Amino acid sequence: MNIVVCVKQVPDTATERKLRSDDKTLDRDAADGVINELCEYAVEEALRVKEAHGGEVTVLTMGPSKATETIRKALAMGADKAVHLVDDALHGSDALATSYAMAQALKKIGFDLVILGSESTDARTGLLAAMLAERLGAPQLTLANKVELSGQSITIQRLTDYGYDKVESTLPAVVSVVEKINEPRYPSFKGIMAAKKKQVQTLGIADAEIDAAQVGLAGAWSEVVDFAAAPPRAAGTIVKDEGDGGSRAAEYLASKKFI
Amino acid sequence: MAEILVLVEQVDGEVKKVTLELLTLARSLGSPSAVWAGPGYSADAKARLAEYGADKVYVADSAEIADYVVAPKAELLAQLVGSAAPGAVLVAATAEGKEIAGRLAVKTGSGVITDAVGLGEGFVADQSIFGGGVNVHSRVTRGTPIVAVRPNSTAPVATAGAGAEEQVTVALSDSARAAKIVERVKQEKGARPELAEAAIVVSGGRGVGSAENFALIEKLADTLGAAVGASRAATDAGWYPHQFQVGQTGKTVSPQLYIAAGISGAIQHRAGMQTAKTIVAINKDSEAPIFELADYGIVGDLFKVVPQLTEEIEKRK
Ligand SMILES: Cc1cc2nc3c(=O)[nH]c(=O)nc-3n(C[C@H](O)[C@H](O)[C@H](O)COP(=O)(O)OP(=O)(O)OC[C@H]3O[C@@H](n4cnc5c(N)ncnc54)[C@H](O)[C@@H]3O)c2cc1C
Ligand SMILES: Nc1ncnc2c1ncn2[C@@H]1O[C@H](COP(=O)(O)O)[C@@H](O)[C@H]1O
Repeated sequence: MNIVVCVKQVPDTATERKLRSDDKTLDRDAADGVINELCEYAVEEALRVKEAHGGEVTVLTMGPSKATETIRKALAMGADKAVHLVDDALHGSDALATSYAMAQALKKIGFDLVILGSESTDARTGLLAAMLAERLGAPQLTLANKVELSGQSITIQRLTDYGYDKVESTLPAVVSVVEKINEPRYPSFKGIMAAKKKQVQTLGIADAEIDAAQVGLAGAWSEVVDFAAAPPRAAGTIVKDEGDGGSRAAEYLASKKFI
Repeated sequence: MAEILVLVEQVDGEVKKVTLELLTLARSLGSPSAVWAGPGYSADAKARLAEYGADKVYVADSAEIADYVVAPKAELLAQLVGSAAPGAVLVAATAEGKEIAGRLAVKTGSGVITDAVGLGEGFVADQSIFGGGVNVHSRVTRGTPIVAVRPNSTAPVATAGAGAEEQVTVALSDSARAAKIVERVKQEKGARPELAEAAIVVSGGRGVGSAENFALIEKLADTLGAAVGASRAATDAGWYPHQFQVGQTGKTVSPQLYIAAGISGAIQHRAGMQTAKTIVAINKDSEAPIFELADYGIVGDLFKVVPQLTEEIEKRK
């Protein structure tokens, strides 16, 4: 089984995140890069599928050269090898362009199962898995909190507002996982050492047969017109509970017509 | 006036509030056309859509549309984008709404904007990013603008539309039939409104202390007709189910009123609630960062404040 797990490097949410003033894209140098947390669940699920059904886990990351730190983390968790899609021409790609570039890379790599996180913590679009399924003509098994394989068929529990849907398809398929589907493992010391020797193949846009006109800032389908720091919220009223805190809160809610 | 497609969200044939919001928003930008995708269409539904401004209602009430994950709805919308050449397509920014938007964008070669909290002339969208720290204006530059709008971004206003009905048949492709829904499991959710849609949300955090104590939060929520949310500390501890988690890796809510009890207000929690119109916080630590956002804060023990607040609201009803 050929399992590809898509892993993204994102700016640490604990640090201040910024947009660049020159081209209005995310400033990836301003903040420390970390693995997108939801991608850790994706890596863990990929490793579990491999452990139960055999095969190989390939990490696919699109991002600047510093994203190799994140690739090493996924390799240290136990993935077998990695493909790093890296090219200056990709800078500024929006969701549509990213899905195109990633789909081209996936066609090169080949797959039975592609696993993604449900969302990235920087752009938070939650679009990529559905877009990849559309582009690859593969079944969309997204928002999974449980994944089961049997031969060539795969079943997931797809989280919904009312509970979940049980969804079935055949392989190859595109899966995205939600938080808490599993408990991602910590890389062991041995894993970290082994990761240093694992193969990381780099692909440029020509290698992946990506049309330069469809990616990057110039090829984007959407643009940031302008941006500004959110004005601070007007200072609120803070009261200390002197035994009447609940009543005073009720008064406030009444004054705002909530009750 | 440009035609604007609005994908209808419904539960068991009943139109959801977010659709009325989207129709109201569409009305301010052009002529709204509601798109009904799936079974359960009725005269009541049509009346409701027209009441909130739908000039047209496209009806594709085939059962098959609901039998497969997302792809059929994207195919239907793509077909309508082709035939009607609308000015824009609006969907609700729910997890599924965004997935539909994503597939539609690929199919029609159009840009897509997610989590808009407002939409103005030229379909320029307002977005709030990085946990509410930065406000962005963005727009689609190629194709038909596809915009996923957050629930509670616009107050629904009834303004009658013509409501002309048009039946649509969509021949699903094989690839739209690839991921089959074989069973729907409805978990008990009681009478509370849905978290993402609710006008009021009451959330509990680590300060609540246990699963049993969440009854306090639920009781306050019920007196307000609110949904219940939780911080990750509370869902991680197993005190409240994960689907109610608010924040960066949970749900994003944008209610009229958000009440946080025993929640410190970490950046990752704020990412999911910072666009709430009014924020009330109850926390015993006066230094808790949640007070930086609060319009009204009570420094005190939630086990005293919450029951008193609940009782006082009951009295005033
Ligand atoms: C990648 C990542 C993603 C994350 N995603 C999310 C997310 O989606 N949602 C989320 O919520 N968090 C998320 N977190 C976790 C977040 O950083 C915080 O750890 C979490 O929000 C803390 O929850 P809390 O406020 O309930 O707990 P704490 O920070 O422990 O705060 C508890 C508060 O309760 C108060 N308190 C205690 N007892 C009482 C009492 N009797 N009366 C009144 N007040 C009391 C305390 O003073 C304290 O301020 C994420 C973290 C990471 C790293
Ligand atoms: N540049 C990227 N490289 C690799 N995977 C990505 C990239 N961007 C997004 N993904 C994957 O897509 C998921 C959802 O991201 P998004 O759609 O951007 O919110 C992430 O959890 C990753 O698995």
